Amino acid sequence: MLLLIPLLPFLGFVVNACLGRRLPKSVSGGIACLAIIGSFVVSVLSVMGVVSSPEGFTEATAFNWMSAGDVRIPLQLRLDHLGSLMILVVTGIGSLIHIYSTGYMHEESDGEYARYFSYLNLFAAFMLVLVLGANFPVMFVGWEGVGLCSYLLIGFWFTKKSAADAGKKAFVVNRIGDFGFILGMLLVYTTFGSFDFQEVAAAAAGRASEVAGWGTITIATLLLFVGATGKSAQIPLYVWLPDAMEGPTPVSALIHAATMVTAGVYMIGRNAELFSHAPTTMAVVATIGVATAVMAGTIGLVQNDIKRVLAYSTVSQLGFMFLAMGVGAFSAGIFHLYTHAFFKALLFLGSGAVIHALAGEQDIRNMGGLKKYLPITYWTFLIGALAIAGVPLLSGFFSKDEILFKTYTAESTPGHTLMWVVAVITSLMTATYMFRLVFLTFHGERRHDAPASASGSGAAGSSPTHPEEEEPVAHGAHAAPVVASGFSRKDDDHGHGHGGHGHDHLPHEAPWSMAIPLILLAIGSVVAGYVGVPHALKGSNRIEAFLEPSFEAHAAAHETGAPAPAAEPAAAAEGHAGEVAHADTGTELNLMVFSSVIALLGIGIAWFLWLRDRRTVDGIARSLAPVHRWLLGKYYVDELYDAAIVQPVKVLSTGGLWKGMDAGVIDGAANGVGLAVSGASGALRRTQTGSVRTYAFALFAGAVAILAYYLFI
Amino acid sequence: MVPLNYYLILSGILFSIGTAGVFLRRNLITVLLSIEIMLNAVNLTFVAVGRYLGSVDGQIITFFVMTVAAAEAAVGLALVIALFRHRETLSPDAYTSLKW
Repeated sequence: MLLLIPLLPFLGFVVNACLGRRLPKSVSGGIACLAIIGSFVVSVLSVMGVVSSPEGFTEATAFNWMSAGDVRIPLQLRLDHLGSLMILVVTGIGSLIHIYSTGYMHEESDGEYARYFSYLNLFAAFMLVLVLGANFPVMFVGWEGVGLCSYLLIGFWFTKKSAADAGKKAFVVNRIGDFGFILGMLLVYTTFGSFDFQEVAAAAAGRASEVAGWGTITIATLLLFVGATGKSAQIPLYVWLPDAMEGPTPVSALIHAATMVTAGVYMIGRNAELFSHAPTTMAVVATIGVATAVMAGTIGLVQNDIKRVLAYSTVSQLGFMFLAMGVGAFSAGIFHLYTHAFFKALLFLGSGAVIHALAGEQDIRNMGGLKKYLPITYWTFLIGALAIAGVPLLSGFFSKDEILFKTYTAESTPGHTLMWVVAVITSLMTATYMFRLVFLTFHGERRHDAPASASGSGAAGSSPTHPEEEEPVAHGAHAAPVVASGFSRKDDDHGHGHGGHGHDHLPHEAPWSMAIPLILLAIGSVVAGYVGVPHALKGSNRIEAFLEPSFEAHAAAHETGAPAPAAEPAAAAEGHAGEVAHADTGTELNLMVFSSVIALLGIGIAWFLWLRDRRTVDGIARSLAPVHRWLLGKYYVDELYDAAIVQPVKVLSTGGLWKGMDAGVIDGAANGVGLAVSGASGALRRTQTGSVRTYAFALFAGAVAILAYYLFI
Repeated sequence: MVPLNYYLILSGILFSIGTAGVFLRRNLITVLLSIEIMLNAVNLTFVAVGRYLGSVDGQIITFFVMTVAAAEAAVGLALVIALFRHRETLSPDAYTSLKW
């Protein structure tokens, strides 16, 4: 049963990969959708089984995968409470995005369409393996697999150089993180003698927490966290995610917002026991998380590509999740992961509908006034924006407040007050840039303000009246293709050109296959938070109680043979959490009011700056031109990496490894052997005269010499 | 009775003459004849030593050698004829093309 969950999408992949070219779109898309929906149904049934079972988890072993000496690695899947939430998110939102994709990709040719869906199904299969894997290696299979699918889907329009480059960038950056993950995984094995998550957690629970210094657990968890920074786009490895927006928009929604990028957060949650034994790592996680959140938030404020703003927003929200993980609020982090999956998928799909309606336009300076053309998109997008901004009673409010509250009260984390302040500033920025997006896209008049146009390069270059829209003068190699791609998309192979809608100049509303997922996700974005209404609001915070067993080493009791019902630690955890919550109810309520005000303030700022009086924002941008350029250039991190890493590696590779090592030493050795042999042969072949007499003499001399040897020596 | 040493010395002298002929003569037929002299020098040694030891082994081997020598002479002369037809000369120095 459990095996069926990843197997169904995998079957969909096999069918579409083998036969896709010959199938019409309705069949290949239908197979893909059926596969993922089937997986969703099986997931729901499995989750119901798990929730009602006393142990709190079920297992399924496919076969013994590796067996060498003492190492036993079964291909084992395990579904517990944490996994339940994840597979419901992956298959549920995955299904909606599959359905949306049937509409969004309908202008591709049959073969491309099937290729797209086979990748999408393969991704779902690997993501489910990642989530369900019962030990590190199985999780790693999924971990690598989703990376592969991410690469394939970012570079889906591989004939476009920027897309192919973005795919490569994502893959290479992810590999750096994966290397850390492998090292961490092996260190965990050598320390605890097991790859199994439950056994590792049980073993870790038996150890003292490594309060100071650099113990084994600290190093192992830090290495695992390096893997998480790669997959989940945190500093210093976040640079691939904004570029990943070159992929089709539903892919951005599914992989680069809702599911894959949260794998790092999930991995920390899965190893909560391990991480909580390494306070140094936890502090690092929280610091990196909050730094990423604020950094991505500031970049998001000035970007002009609708998908890039959302991408930076994703990076920022992932930073929030890591902040929660780092302060030990694992369930709050996972809760935010879960609500974020809804509203960020919704926002991406909404942006996809906008891009679709505008025939590939992605620059928000060329949008505006779309409210009346795209009512469904507008209202759903608005709900998503309200949710992410943290407006009360929507899902993002509950999860984000939970994180802020936990950060504020995390006495054990050094500098938690500063983190809280930064996090609050970030959520202010979140509200601001999201509503900047809403106002610039849907309100006002339709504009064509972008400095460059599809026909010429920078004809309207840098309009002095709109310094806000001015491109950075010294923008680097990476910024240029970005801007260019926003416009070239119109007439490239994307296929959303006016060819299909030649008669129709007005933006058109999304077809039903796209609108229905939007509506469902909008509903989800509103109600998803109600599983985690905090105690302070007379809620029961059920999600925390639900997830808590997954973060405890309950296998310890299980292993020692004491038949402790899993409900007991859960109840204990709930009781504990309840105590804390009740003790701080006043604080929590105050914080809640405060962050609601912050959210509304952010929206107000956005309204004032980008809707009511756009001259002000231009003025601000002008007076802070260097800062603005710096932000628009994304802190020039890409350029910094290019100078600090890419170029040295290139120089080393070209000068050292290629010309020196490969051409010099390796080729030199091979050629040298050849030259030496041919030179020696040239000398030796002089002895072969062809004259019989010489040979006979050599024979005779040899015989005499041997004879002389035996006779006289 | 003639002592064994005489036979051996004679045999050594014949073998040396044959060897010198192989190396020094410029005619392939003479070279072949020199080889025959070398073979017979060896035959003489076998027979003499066989007689000295009172064994027939020496004579048996000599018959083998004579048989092989006969065959060798036939093949060798055939080759010489073929070579002569090819190059119109019998000097071994003319036939040095058998190299790389």
